[in-house]
Amino acid sequence: MGELRLMKGNEAIGEAAIRAGVDAYFGYPITPQSEVIEYLTAEKPEERTGMVVLQAESEIAAINMVYGAAGSGKKVMTSSSSPGISLKMEGISYMAGAELPCVVLNVVRGGPGLGTIQPSQADYFQAVKGGGHGDYKMIVLAPASVQEMADFVQTGFDLAFKYKTPVMLLSDGVIGQMMEKVELNDAVPRWTEEEIVEKSSWATTGKKGRERNIITSLDLDPSSQEKHNQKLQAKYREIIEKEVRFEEFQCDDAEYLFIAYGSSSRIAQKAVKIACERGHKVGLLRPITLFPFPEKKIQQMIAQLKGILTLELSAGQMIEDVRLAVEGKIPVKHYGRMGGIIFTPAEIVEALEQKIIGG
Amino acid sequence: MKEENITTTDIISDENLVYKKTDLMTDKTLSYCPGCGHGTAHRIIMEVVEEMDMTEDTIGIAPVGCSVLAYEFMNIDMQQAAHGRAPALATGIKRTWPDKMIFTYQGDGDLAAIGTAETIHACNRGENFLIVFINNGIYGMTGGQMAPTTLPGMKSSTSPYGRDVKLMGNPLKITELVAELPGTYYVTRQAVHTPANVRKTKRAIKTAFKNQMENKGGLNFVEIVSNCNSGWKMSPVDANNWMVENMFPFYPLGDIKLDGEKVNKE
Repeated sequence: MGELRLMKGNEAIGEAAIRAGVDAYFGYPITPQSEVIEYLTAEKPEERTGMVVLQAESEIAAINMVYGAAGSGKKVMTSSSSPGISLKMEGISYMAGAELPCVVLNVVRGGPGLGTIQPSQADYFQAVKGGGHGDYKMIVLAPASVQEMADFVQTGFDLAFKYKTPVMLLSDGVIGQMMEKVELNDAVPRWTEEEIVEKSSWATTGKKGRERNIITSLDLDPSSQEKHNQKLQAKYREIIEKEVRFEEFQCDDAEYLFIAYGSSSRIAQKAVKIACERGHKVGLLRPITLFPFPEKKIQQMIAQLKGILTLELSAGQMIEDVRLAVEGKIPVKHYGRMGGIIFTPAEIVEALEQKIIGG
Repeated sequence: MKEENITTTDIISDENLVYKKTDLMTDKTLSYCPGCGHGTAHRIIMEVVEEMDMTEDTIGIAPVGCSVLAYEFMNIDMQQAAHGRAPALATGIKRTWPDKMIFTYQGDGDLAAIGTAETIHACNRGENFLIVFINNGIYGMTGGQMAPTTLPGMKSSTSPYGRDVKLMGNPLKITELVAELPGTYYVTRQAVHTPANVRKTKRAIKTAFKNQMENKGGLNFVEIVSNCNSGWKMSPVDANNWMVENMFPFYPLGDIKLDGEKVNKE
């Protein structure tokens, strides 16, 4: 068993990064995620593992520092919250195009614009549907606990390097700020320079004993740019095939289904219990990966279900992916709150009774 | 050997060789207009990398602009940056690979407009890499629009009647600006329009890499004032003459900061 600690989600991410052998973190302060860089600078990771931590002049600079270090084969991450993530979208698109691995944490707050510093899940579209320009996808993991904030750092890097793609951890102000028990993995050493040169033979580590390596997202020849796009799409299809992750909660004999991710799924668990006490057969499906989305699992469940209620701290974004999966076969409704308001389990049960059971 | 007896083979034989293209320039045809300074600037950087035996340890960053394809011509490991972000990429690489020799190659729009924040903060942090700044006072790649360094009164496709500084703002002397920052160690302004200037610029590039290699504790910044005959709508010779007569008085050549100290011009 690993070391047990009581930590904030934002702190757990920082500690997990040091222990996962991350080479560098580049960030810029923004509420509600500033504890990530505060924790990292306080921990002196340069002494613990040699990890670099640098506060950049902007989110744009931070993601481009990530680009540079990732392009040279390093394990590198950044974090921000919604308005800052919008600024990072340029860099993320370039990294997707140049096929560079990295982990980007978004501790989502309410928008649009400067919005609010309170929790929200309104960045689903931005994370899952693109966000930046061009035909690209990120792998999106949605932690629902402080434990998963810590665990998904390593998972994120494994996926990022396996598929040479940016991975986003789509968290929110609840998960970032709340304190929970977390079991930390033992520290693994950072990759040596020799290991990097061997593992990432594509990276710009200096032209030694091989042809030069080039990191770019530019290809002015339309036919070869289309080929590059086809290669990216094939990669995304493979990710859809192999990397779907979800969790079921009382789904076996459910007649009604909640679908919720991240902090909403925690509230939904309680709502499931209340609904059961009121005689409703309700289960909860929690997508852990938002891209790839667990659409096959939803399709498998349609025959047993009378209706689905998606629960999101937004105007309803994930519901579009649920409806695409359901193809109109059963009712799919949304219940959500916005602007930093968090729904209660009782509200959810009421919404279930009104919108689905009685609807 | 009598002149009439010289064959092509003799000319290119080792004993008759007076100049050879460095292997660090690829054989790909340059995408630059005839008479443009980019090709010369590329070549001397690559010659310095070769002469200083740094090929295996040098990583370059290409910008967005005419030299976006610099990686097609420089035969070393290269990254291509989003517009203006090259100093951020260079920071990411140098901080995680401190023993590598890193340089960015950026034009005026890239470095002094959209990338101003990245430029100034990399300089101010004292990042130990080299910025090569090509200043031709125009956006060449997109067809000759006004740049942050376009001279007052100078015509471009977005200042078709000449740059009106009241309306369009003043040209930015970013090189003088970064020289004021404690994080810069070596700041110089050079040109590549004559063989003598090419030699001086090459020496400046060499000094900058040497400073980086010896970790002198600051950023090295080499501006090269260059031409853009296509964007300026002039012949290559006229463009060079115009540059000497108009650009150099506004952007005077010479060292601005040496060994971390401003050069006293008096």
